Amino acid sequence: MFKKGLGLALGACLLTGLFAGCGGAGTGGSANEIKIGGNIELTGGVASYGKQTMNGILLAFKEANAAGGVLGGKKLVLVQADNKSEASEAGNAMTKLITQDKVAAVLGPVVSGNVLAVSQIAQDNKIPMLTPTGTNTKITVGDDGKVQQYAFRSCFIDPFQGKVMANFAAKSLKVAKAVIYMDSSSDYSKGLADAFSDTFMQNGGTIIGKEAFLQKDQDFKSALTKIKAMNPEVVFIPAYYEEVGKIVKQARELGISCPIIGTDGWDNSKLVEVAGADALNNTFFSNHYSSQDTDPRVVKFVESYKKEYNEEPSALSALGYDGALMIIDAIKRANSAEPEKIREALEKTKDLQVVTGILTLDASHNPVKSAVVIEMKDGKQTFKEKVNP
Amino acid sequence: MKTKTKNDLLSLGACFVVYAIIQALITFGVIGQFWQLNIVLIGINIILAVSLNLINGFTGQFSIGHAGFMAVGAYLGAVLTVKMHLPFIVAILGGALAAGFLGFVIGLPTLRLSGDYLAIATLGLGEIIRITILNIPYVGGASGFMGIPRYTTFTWLFFLTVFTVFFVKNFINSTHGRACISIRENEIAAEAMGIDTTRYKVLAFTIGAAFAGVAGALFSHYFYIAHPASFTFMRSFDILTMVVLGGLGSITGSIAGAVLLTFISAALASYPEWRMVIYSLSLIILMIYRPQGLFGNKEFSLKMFSRLTGGGKRGTAQGK
Repeated sequence: MFKKGLGLALGACLLTGLFAGCGGAGTGGSANEIKIGGNIELTGGVASYGKQTMNGILLAFKEANAAGGVLGGKKLVLVQADNKSEASEAGNAMTKLITQDKVAAVLGPVVSGNVLAVSQIAQDNKIPMLTPTGTNTKITVGDDGKVQQYAFRSCFIDPFQGKVMANFAAKSLKVAKAVIYMDSSSDYSKGLADAFSDTFMQNGGTIIGKEAFLQKDQDFKSALTKIKAMNPEVVFIPAYYEEVGKIVKQARELGISCPIIGTDGWDNSKLVEVAGADALNNTFFSNHYSSQDTDPRVVKFVESYKKEYNEEPSALSALGYDGALMIIDAIKRANSAEPEKIREALEKTKDLQVVTGILTLDASHNPVKSAVVIEMKDGKQTFKEKVNP
Repeated sequence: MKTKTKNDLLSLGACFVVYAIIQALITFGVIGQFWQLNIVLIGINIILAVSLNLINGFTGQFSIGHAGFMAVGAYLGAVLTVKMHLPFIVAILGGALAAGFLGFVIGLPTLRLSGDYLAIATLGLGEIIRITILNIPYVGGASGFMGIPRYTTFTWLFFLTVFTVFFVKNFINSTHGRACISIRENEIAAEAMGIDTTRYKVLAFTIGAAFAGVAGALFSHYFYIAHPASFTFMRSFDILTMVVLGGLGSITGSIAGAVLLTFISAALASYPEWRMVIYSLSLIILMIYRPQGLFGNKEFSLKMFSRLTGGGKRGTAQGK
């Protein structure tokens, strides 16, 4: 009897899933709205990035709807799906958005690893996806060198940032001896380290040492002591703010006083909380935009974002906003909400005025636009210089 | 013996019927891609939960490194199909053998530990596996192993799940299985009765790890990617939660736990703000009112119904 029960239980369990399947199917969009999916990291390790990006997207949609919507008064609706900051959950969320909610296009995910995990699903279902912040090169151009037809992005790619910072170190800081301290558990960090060292050496500099740490590490002093002994003129840390904050703090405590430079992973208000304002003096990082930029588009965006959320928009918010603008622009130009037509229009994005610059997509679906270098002064981000591609 | 085989055959028959129904619904497009994906996830989670239950529930060895063995299966399976161009069945077997072997090698020293110490050792082990993978560029390192073909179909999944469940069930009812249960009940008494406790602990650990490897291979060949971030200790805890929710020492409990938790997670996908709240609340409520898990250490069976409807004093049945 026990075995029979076992089989029956198994059956019953699988049937549960089945009934749910029947109930969930067949939710189409109504005639006067266009559904866009948001496959975003709302919980889990990088939820803070996800939330900021989501705010940017929502603001862009709200403004577009307030201005009368698209395609003759249709409203844009963002269908959110949380991917828990994890690759297989991102696939799950993507499948849900495309097949259950039947969205016309998908914005997200935020982190490169999750984007890479879902691009095949977008491809299979022929739905365009646009990641606001996934900077890995492989997102738009696969290992075989072919452009991923359905994948787009609104941010620049990793090698570009590495180049920007290498040029900045060599030309603006005028240094020749650099140490790279990277996060060996992050592909983002590794890619940036490579791009930085290539360009830095082309500029006549030398990389005198390379050290690595792992995400979630707490104590960096042994590696930092080693770095101090190398006596570098600049330390490049391409990593995310949580570790960077601790590293900068401990580095200054150990007496490493040279400039410390990094990339857009630094951009978070928590950086100052963790490292302290003093330790962050004489540090620079590249970013997608600066909220202090006096460009009228930036000023307008910062103003309306502050009004809506009562906080300063980060680069992620700006990129989320820009990603949404790209989709809206593509829908308008395609004059249709069909995924295939949106994809075609996205490919032809040209001279689109967005917050992070004037954006044109190149043949491999990567935006060509400028980057900014930000200097930390007494705990405040200040706009240092704008670097054009 | 005869009735046992008969019952086994009956349940197998029932499984075939269920398989036929679901497969038909998938073929005719009644079950959409999203729920197909969740059925696959449910199947993978059942394999993981049932195999972990063999270690934690039946043998009483508290292991929380299951995600590590899953990762080994996922990556080795992917290497076999993507780099060596071997058929999927070889990938599954390879994943199972590699994870099982690793379980054996690691089980020998660590299973001499008990209780909290073993839990910490296995937790560390899972992380070691993950970090090792993270630093092997051959399998993609931190960016994950990409370009894995989707070979996992519902057919593969269903029969491997059924196989796992029957394997574990029959194992537990065998001499070896009873030896394992005796270790859980009282290790010293078991040893006094002449049971080689280390041998049986390692045996259960190896089998559990091997099935986790199978689940890993199925996982990576469904999601196109094997990423180190998918195999953190959080996944080990997820699996453990399923086992504890269903009841330590109950196979049907593990199945119910896996189905329920995967289902809750999928159903709440549209309410990200509430997902973790509801998920945690349901666990807290369960732990307050049924600390032994949904099914305790009993198995779900039709007998429960007859007991319940029969009413009376034997109403201690654990069914819902």
